[in-house]
Amino acid sequence: MATLQTRSAARLMMTPAVLMLFIWMIVPLAMTLYFSFLRYNLLMPGMEEWAGTLNYRYFLTDPAFGAALVNTLLLVGGVLLITLVGGTLLALLLDQPFFGQGIVRLLVIAPFFVMPTVSALVWKNMLMHPVYGIFAWIARTFGLQPVDWLNNLPLFSVTMIVAWQWLPFATLILLTALQSLDEEQKEAAEMDGAGPVSRFIHIVLPHLARAMTVVVLIETIFLLSVFAEILVTTNGGPGTASTNLTYLVYAQALLQFDVGGASAGGIVAVILANVVAIFLIRLIGKNLET
Amino acid sequence: MGSITLEKVSKSFGTTKVIPEIDLEIADGEFVVFVGPSGCGKSTLLRIIAGLEDATSGAIHIDGRDATREAPAKRGLSMVFQSYALYPHMSVYGNIAFPLKMAGEAKSTIDDKVRSAAGVLNLTDYLDRKPRQLSGGQRQRVAIGRAIVRQPKAFLFDEPLSNLDAALRVNMRLEISELHHQLKTTMVYVTHDQVEAMTMADKIVVLNAGRIEQVGSPLDLYRSPKNLFVAGFIGSPKMNLIAGAAAAKENATTIGARPEHIGLSKTEGPWQGTVTVVEHLGADTFVHADVDDVGPVTARAPGEFLVKHGERVFLTPDAEKIYRFGADGDAL
Ligand SMILES: Nc1ncnc2c1ncn2[C@@H]1O[C@H](COP(=O)(O)OP(=O)(O)O)[C@@H](O)[C@H]1O
Ligand SMILES: [Mg+2]
Repeated sequence: MATLQTRSAARLMMTPAVLMLFIWMIVPLAMTLYFSFLRYNLLMPGMEEWAGTLNYRYFLTDPAFGAALVNTLLLVGGVLLITLVGGTLLALLLDQPFFGQGIVRLLVIAPFFVMPTVSALVWKNMLMHPVYGIFAWIARTFGLQPVDWLNNLPLFSVTMIVAWQWLPFATLILLTALQSLDEEQKEAAEMDGAGPVSRFIHIVLPHLARAMTVVVLIETIFLLSVFAEILVTTNGGPGTASTNLTYLVYAQALLQFDVGGASAGGIVAVILANVVAIFLIRLIGKNLET
Repeated sequence: MGSITLEKVSKSFGTTKVIPEIDLEIADGEFVVFVGPSGCGKSTLLRIIAGLEDATSGAIHIDGRDATREAPAKRGLSMVFQSYALYPHMSVYGNIAFPLKMAGEAKSTIDDKVRSAAGVLNLTDYLDRKPRQLSGGQRQRVAIGRAIVRQPKAFLFDEPLSNLDAALRVNMRLEISELHHQLKTTMVYVTHDQVEAMTMADKIVVLNAGRIEQVGSPLDLYRSPKNLFVAGFIGSPKMNLIAGAAAAKENATTIGARPEHIGLSKTEGPWQGTVTVVEHLGADTFVHADVDDVGPVTARAPGEFLVKHGERVFLTPDAEKIYRFGADGDAL
């Protein structure tokens, strides 16, 4: 897009798409914003009235809000940590030549194709169940007391389930990045006297930085809105121990029928997501620049 | 200090034998060039010496010590790769300092050595740049800088100039030769370009399909090629190789005459032919002619020799400088 003419032509061509996207975003956002200032309860239809900032005050001072905020950040952070570390290790492993490489790669990617509700159910009933679960069976085999994962460690359990789903994504992205690392660079480092650990720290990790940034950004977007896994396993409980912001908004709207309050919660969630996004882009976005 | 000996070294990838058993001596301080067509196993041989590839059989001695099973870093060699293989996220300084850092040297020692290497290679002004902000020639110099700071027993170069443009290549050729005179360290240099081999080497090793065809000084190879392959490979333009009646007259299967050993005339000579292409280089003129009963022949006339496409010319091969080859391709 060098000349003035091509530039204005490009702008003209892009306008419909940009407009479409803008409307797509702004209409729901504006409606949510509007609802968040109404007293709007589904149990009392037709009785909507202006409520000012009441919904916000109510939502922000709810003790569940603080807990949900912390849970959201813990969940996102925990899953990111597990998927980045685990994904890097798995990618390193899968990058080695071994027999049956193709099948193993396929197997590793498989969890990504399992629907969140299904995988949550599998984890809940087959793995983490205190009586029938495989973990309980393992514990008993070693003569230990089985752990009631979802009741005693609810947030940790949800984190594990979500991490299991996102691990393939991280592995896949990091594996492709790893494969694009110039072989001669590794050999040069080897000749320069770098052992496997030094090579990993000085050559492989910097090379993976950009892919890791992509993983963090994309996963964060999706992890801020984890919902199905919580609904299926813990219902946000016990108490609010595994309630994140998304689940809190859901509980507000559809368990307490309070659309106004839920909209206020939604707006708070949008603001939180933007804060996280700005923070992330400041922190690691420079990795994406060439 | 930096002698390298290969003893019956061979290499197979799976079932394909890339290098049959070869023996080779590289003396301390020598500039040895491996030359051969693409795919003949030059890089593989160099990588075996470097330790990046295991020899299938045979032994490698570096400095008289058996290094066959030693890790690359232990061999005390450094290598300059064709792609330069610079570390893209490190500055020029970081790249050159990397081997020293890995060797665990003190910060001040590293700084001294990096700066002196940068001085030798004219990189002082670029120490803070990243490799992608450098030109091809500068990257090349960084790669060399990274190789020299460790003061290795020998340098290994794998086609280091093939990514540079022609003018820069000539420059870097001189710079590397000069570096060799300065450092007096053994250098093993791989190239497919016989001009590079002829201009830089103390000793040339001509490889063909993994075999060593001939080892010798540039002029040895030029004067007395052992076989057709070496005869055709060394020298530019290529030696004319002529089979048939003209060869039979000399009691050989094939005879060879270098273009510079064929006289050109517009009036007389034993061979008569029609000019197909003329290349005027100023200092020389290359005349490609289709000689009656002999076939296509290239001759080199010093200075300007004015003929045109389609004209008849006479050629006189220098009888003293005709090479004769037998049916097996070996020189007679
Ligand atoms: N890793 C490998 N696996 C299988 N064959 C290889 C491998 N590396 C090189 N070769 C083969 O070995 C031969 C020599 O390669 P190489 O040493 O790179 O040639 P050169 O450097 O002279 O162009 C080629 O025929 C190439 O196909
Ligand atoms: Mg090669």
